Amino acid sequence: MRALLPILVALALLAAVPLITGSNVVLNFLVFVLLIALVGQGWNLLGGYGGQYSFGHAAFFGTGAYATAVLQVRYGLNAWPAVALGILAGAALGAVIGALVFRSGLRGSYFALVTLAFAEVLRIVASVAPVTGAGVGTLIKLDLRWQALQFQSRVPFYYIILALVAVSLILVHMIERSRFGAWLVAVRENEDAAAALGVDATLVKIGAMTLSAALAAAGGCFYAQYYLFIDAGIAYGPWISIEALLAPIVGGVGTVFGPLLGALVVKSLGEATKLLAGDAPGLDLVIYGGVLVLVIAFAPRGIAGLLADLRRLVLRPRRAEPPAEATRA
Amino acid sequence: MLVAALMLSPTILIPAILNGLMTGAVYALVALGLTLIYGVLHIINFAHGALLTAAMFAAFFANRWLGLDPYAAAFLLTPLFFCFGYALQRFVIGPAAHGEDRNILLVTLGLAVVIENALLFAFRADTRTLDLPYGFDTIQVGPAFLAVPRVIAFVAVIAVTLVLWLIMHFTDTGKAIRAVAKEKLGAELAGIDVAHIYAVTFGLGTACLAVAACLLIPSYYVNPSAGNAFVLIAFTVVVLGGMGSVAGALVGGLFVGVVESLSGLWLGESLGQIGIFVMFILVLLLRPSGLFGERA
Amino acid sequence: MPEPLLRVATISKRFGGLLAVDQASFEAPAGRITALIGPNGAGKTTLFAIIAGFLRPSGGCVVYDGADVTGLPPHRLARRGIARTFQIVQPFAGLTVAENIAVGAHLHHAARGDALAAAAAVARAVDLDGQLDKPAAALTVAGRKRLELARALAIEPRLLLLDEVLAGLNPSEVRDMVPVIRAIAARGVTIVMIEHVMQAVMSLADHVYVLAEGRVIAEGAPRAIAADPKVVEAYLGHGAAKRMAGEGTHARS
Repeated sequence: MRALLPILVALALLAAVPLITGSNVVLNFLVFVLLIALVGQGWNLLGGYGGQYSFGHAAFFGTGAYATAVLQVRYGLNAWPAVALGILAGAALGAVIGALVFRSGLRGSYFALVTLAFAEVLRIVASVAPVTGAGVGTLIKLDLRWQALQFQSRVPFYYIILALVAVSLILVHMIERSRFGAWLVAVRENEDAAAALGVDATLVKIGAMTLSAALAAAGGCFYAQYYLFIDAGIAYGPWISIEALLAPIVGGVGTVFGPLLGALVVKSLGEATKLLAGDAPGLDLVIYGGVLVLVIAFAPRGIAGLLADLRRLVLRPRRAEPPAEATRA
Repeated sequence: MLVAALMLSPTILIPAILNGLMTGAVYALVALGLTLIYGVLHIINFAHGALLTAAMFAAFFANRWLGLDPYAAAFLLTPLFFCFGYALQRFVIGPAAHGEDRNILLVTLGLAVVIENALLFAFRADTRTLDLPYGFDTIQVGPAFLAVPRVIAFVAVIAVTLVLWLIMHFTDTGKAIRAVAKEKLGAELAGIDVAHIYAVTFGLGTACLAVAACLLIPSYYVNPSAGNAFVLIAFTVVVLGGMGSVAGALVGGLFVGVVESLSGLWLGESLGQIGIFVMFILVLLLRPSGLFGERA
Repeated sequence: MPEPLLRVATISKRFGGLLAVDQASFEAPAGRITALIGPNGAGKTTLFAIIAGFLRPSGGCVVYDGADVTGLPPHRLARRGIARTFQIVQPFAGLTVAENIAVGAHLHHAARGDALAAAAAVARAVDLDGQLDKPAAALTVAGRKRLELARALAIEPRLLLLDEVLAGLNPSEVRDMVPVIRAIAARGVTIVMIEHVMQAVMSLADHVYVLAEGRVIAEGAPRAIAADPKVVEAYLGHGAAKRMAGEGTHARS
């Protein structure tokens, strides 16, 4: 339980925000940060801990979003089961793609490429298929009741996304301390050596991908309920694939708090950019791309890595021998 | 069924195939740059699409602002983009990646995002086309009326491929490139400046894009995501033809062009695109080394 | 005579035009140390890779504990009790020594705490217990070899395949490792070792097989092998045995 302390503290701080400020701007901002943190945590599980860098996480985000929206709009399902099914749909897609891709032994750049391709295929299909509204998109009908998972005020949404992020933090924390986590990290570091130690690498990777997809899909379901409108470009577009990987990389891949830290920093950067340069399309992504390159070049272990280095630097003079840092890469 | 039967008639089939070949030639050129970069640097250049888009914008504005015909602009833009690609690899990608495979992926992705969105920011999302006097001219080949710019593109691609082949086999730099591709450590020990060769190769890949852009511009549109459409196709071509194989890129490009044309005939354009991606995914899953390539 | 724990029967492996292993057969009796020696390129590591499931043979079969395990993937063989070390050490660089070994320990211990405790015990057995919190990347060559060994031991194997676990160690490091290996065998683990360090082979092995050009060219007790002219020729070239006999030198390395 003591190990959960940092997580609980962070959650408590975040939970207190709506009690301190009623500003819609702040809440909106934080909701989006938490959304990216959630999807980013999904990416982090597969990429940071598993070492498989997906460039197409939009596939899972979008599937969750569309499942939620379409089940409500076309099949009259209530929002709550629609969201649950959306998450399941995303997880199932993750399992299927994982099975296909990892059975074929695709790794590294090829893996990134194929995930990109899957996301693109889904985007094109969604942009022409009548069930998803084709080019027009899908609009969820406004129905401001908790039974329909819609609320007048932003605050309930905030707590919902916070709860989802809490689940993701605790989940990853538990995985870090579990056999599955040890195996996952081993596969990341050296797949052959892991196999020689009894690790079924393919199964482990598929498992990671399924969980990763579930988290990303949860983000998509939330997006659909919060914004009430999605189309192919929003659901399956490259923007979410990029944000999903940028947050953990900036914050620190393979760490529990990486995606949250990274989402905070990246989104703050985005807002600052908008303040300084207006709402011109594309500028925020230019900054993001630049940040990605800079982080990889100068701080590949992200903010978490920098903090760990700082801690080591500060602690070193106090001891005779520098503490051996367990590098949680 | 009657419609399908009509589709098979030679008057429809032959132009579809010929058009497919011409489109395929440009795919082949784009893929050539990609496969060159992969064959030598062993990296998958995720920035390839954005670079193509940048080249297309350059060709467009060379015409708008300088009054240059795209075919003339090619002679200006090709060396320019060669230098740009050289600088990118030498001063950004190489140093930033610290040699790690995963990092290179991310750096090229980051570059792609930067370039594409910088274009979006600078020029908005509007789709632009060039109005050239010969833009709609056609020549007749058998039952087909082929657009002149596309025929020129086809011929030009063959010429460029030939030039590239000559460079690879008869110049010192070309031989150095092939040495580094085959055995980097050995080449380094033999005194070859690998960082320079990497940058030259990247520059050549980008130069191919410049040529491709100039060939495309008379008959195609420009917007910040134009390059992406080509690049996923180029990836398909490279994976199909084999990573690192120049012949594979050429044959693969033509093949994909024809497949796209024929499937567009029967399935309509969007589904035709899906067909290509599905083929891409299938090739990756079943035989990533492609038809010509070495084990990746 | 009891069935050997491992029986490799006429295994062949072809890579395109190259026949790397040519109808090689050998047996590893339970609880004994069997050595595989031979000049470089003889196919020894390829043979290990086949036994451990990383390569499929072009012919022949591998029988372990009475069952045909040919072609099973590495993780299944590990679960049956076959462990291997790699010739080029493969530590999980981003993890500590303890975490490295724990990956192996997790095969039989699901809980993190149990796995780490088991890892600590294994580390003690190979003299690594002072370095449990060190990042694996910071170990010396000798340390990494021990880590490789420790990880393999952590899966509680019945058969341990050691691929040149002494390579790259200086004589005093070798002297330190030999008793560790002997102790492992004393606990009942069957060991098959590929080794070039002859002093270790002489002192550890119960039985030696010599591979050259993919074929088993000799087998027997260590001393007999050392004197075998065929073996001398394999290492030193054609006619070497005669030359050395003529010079009155005894082929002991």
